[in-house]
Amino acid sequence: MNSVPATDRYLGIEPLRPWAVTRSTRLKNLSRLFVFALVAFLVTITTPLAKFDGWAVAFLLINVAWVFGQSSRLGAKERQDAVLRVVFTSLAVLAFVPWLSIFLTVLLKGYRAIYPGYFFSDMRTSTPEDEFNIGGAGHAIVGSLIMVAIATVVTLPLGILSGIYLTEVRGRMTFLVRFIVQSMAGVPSVVAGLFIFTTIVQPMGKYSGMAGGLALAVLMLPTVSRTAEEVLKLVPEDLRSAGYALGARQWRTAIMVVLPTVKSGLITAGILGVARVIGETAPLLLTSLNTNGFVWNPVSGTVASLPTYIFSMFMYGTEYSTSRAWTGSLVLLVLVFGFFVLARRLGTTAAQNAKTNSRKARKLKKKS
Amino acid sequence: MRDVNMATTPTPRKMVVVYSRADKIFRRIVTAGALASLLLLGVIAAFLIFRSSGTFRQFGINFITGSEWFSAGEDPLGGATTALADADDASVFSIGPMIVGSLVVALIAMFFAVPLSIGGALYIEFYAPRGIHRGLVSILDLAAAVPSLIFGLWGIQIFTPIGVRWATLLNDRLGFLPIFAVEFENFARSPFVAGCVLAALVVPITTSVAREVYSRTPRDLIDTCFALGGTKWGAIRSVVIPYGKSGVIAGAMLGLGRALGETVAIYLMLNLVFDYSNQILDSAGGNVASMIALKFGEATDKEISALIAAGLVLFVITLIVNMIASSIVQRSTPRA
Repeated sequence: MNSVPATDRYLGIEPLRPWAVTRSTRLKNLSRLFVFALVAFLVTITTPLAKFDGWAVAFLLINVAWVFGQSSRLGAKERQDAVLRVVFTSLAVLAFVPWLSIFLTVLLKGYRAIYPGYFFSDMRTSTPEDEFNIGGAGHAIVGSLIMVAIATVVTLPLGILSGIYLTEVRGRMTFLVRFIVQSMAGVPSVVAGLFIFTTIVQPMGKYSGMAGGLALAVLMLPTVSRTAEEVLKLVPEDLRSAGYALGARQWRTAIMVVLPTVKSGLITAGILGVARVIGETAPLLLTSLNTNGFVWNPVSGTVASLPTYIFSMFMYGTEYSTSRAWTGSLVLLVLVFGFFVLARRLGTTAAQNAKTNSRKARKLKKKS
Repeated sequence: MRDVNMATTPTPRKMVVVYSRADKIFRRIVTAGALASLLLLGVIAAFLIFRSSGTFRQFGINFITGSEWFSAGEDPLGGATTALADADDASVFSIGPMIVGSLVVALIAMFFAVPLSIGGALYIEFYAPRGIHRGLVSILDLAAAVPSLIFGLWGIQIFTPIGVRWATLLNDRLGFLPIFAVEFENFARSPFVAGCVLAALVVPITTSVAREVYSRTPRDLIDTCFALGGTKWGAIRSVVIPYGKSGVIAGAMLGLGRALGETVAIYLMLNLVFDYSNQILDSAGGNVASMIALKFGEATDKEISALIAAGLVLFVITLIVNMIASSIVQRSTPRA
């Protein structure tokens, strides 16, 4: 988008942009939309179109009608362009509305049952119907974190190794590995649960946090290896050549030059994987089930986790238990978003590091 | 002339890479790590096939086409010793309606999701004001990370009334078409409403793929369109959409794979009924993944084998869909 040549910017010359929207037109457009919104609201009161969705339909129709009215003085092409602008905008709004509704719902329904003890107590001495000042989801949070930690310990090395294979070793099976990893990203979560159930739960004779963690690992591996590959691709070729030029072998270059450059990016890969699996419910229903107390030992038996806690609270069906489920969702969502934002911040610094490193390398090259 | 050239310019030496022993070990370790995911996929398939072979041997093709699920035994879970394989007991397992139902719900979801995500992606890339572009992209990323369980809760508590209203409207106006007809006027927990929620779940995935493909359209081509006097829609139609076609198809396939494998959201949103039905507004549908989750709790040993067989069928279907998607992606990546 930013097509101003560097030299112009340097000289302080800004090109004219006669097509740019001025403030007054923007104001006019906004006030027009506001009026249309009001009219659409009137329509919902007086006609069978009802509620928010009816309002949205009315609003869209009014907009299209206005565009048609306006464009009578335009050519056919401009008219088409104007109508499609409205159509794309409304499709985008329609796509975004459910998510905004979800964020708002979780926030508004979830804050009710929150109190400090919610994060530290379990459900051993309280039933789902109790008042919100006893009981909590501490055990579920702990269980989720333990299982996710198991999954991370298993997948992070494997993911990084496959990333190194795809970017450093570049062996004969590059295509196959990449293809399989991408296909594996689509393994249904319930199938991963079934797999761990038959290979681990049945032979061990009991459900366990270990089994849950491994089921999550199956789902996490594709995300981690794909992100690791993307991150490792950012490492400039100069750095590798510099490593080789200094006489380092491939393994030394990989371990002492390439990996440290993208350290934070690799951590990002892990965090993204965690954010991907921490909300998985189906595999945990088949491998670790749910329980009411804190469980610290991942091989001792059933372990609670946030998703199964939310699920069972919701299936319990009373008003208070449903509120607890929403609060659990709020905690889960905050965890997911927290991991996500963390990953993003680390990721951007990783990209910048790689860039600055390559810039430094180029400068050094020029000097010499 | 040629000969002279050959004589004066030295031919490049042949490059020979010799790896030291340490390098060889390093490469072998890394290769082994990379093959782990390959192996994992193979092991998953092998175990599913191994554990479900009994079911397939007993019911054959009927397992996929039949529409009956009846478990006769009362064996509790884990009774590995009760595997007496009494082939003449009355249990019948087959998942025909579930497979059809999975496809129906997923197709309803894609029917809504594909136009929404193409429109959304085009808006974000080409129409959104520069100021909110980044914000929209991050909302998109966050929405893709929302667990499906939360979509399910939202679907039941918030969306169902709206979806039921739409379904009532459809039934009122288009009830003469067989697929919009219903036997009882109970639209909640119908494939239509579940499909709508699934669409909300799939849209972030397909939109972010489509957006990424669209954003890689060469700027020169778009500018060329404008320079020739084309409108924005003209540029999109003649450059952006053809350029991003394969990427968008791949994104839609990824979304379809996700929709087919979705478990909890459907579990909460759909009434599972073991009967073929062609009425998408009726409160009865099928879904392989959520059937597995539903029946798993009190399954007998033989039933678990049947559930694993169902899982295998689901696995094969989604794997085919995803392989098509990733082969499209891989074929279109180098050009982009």
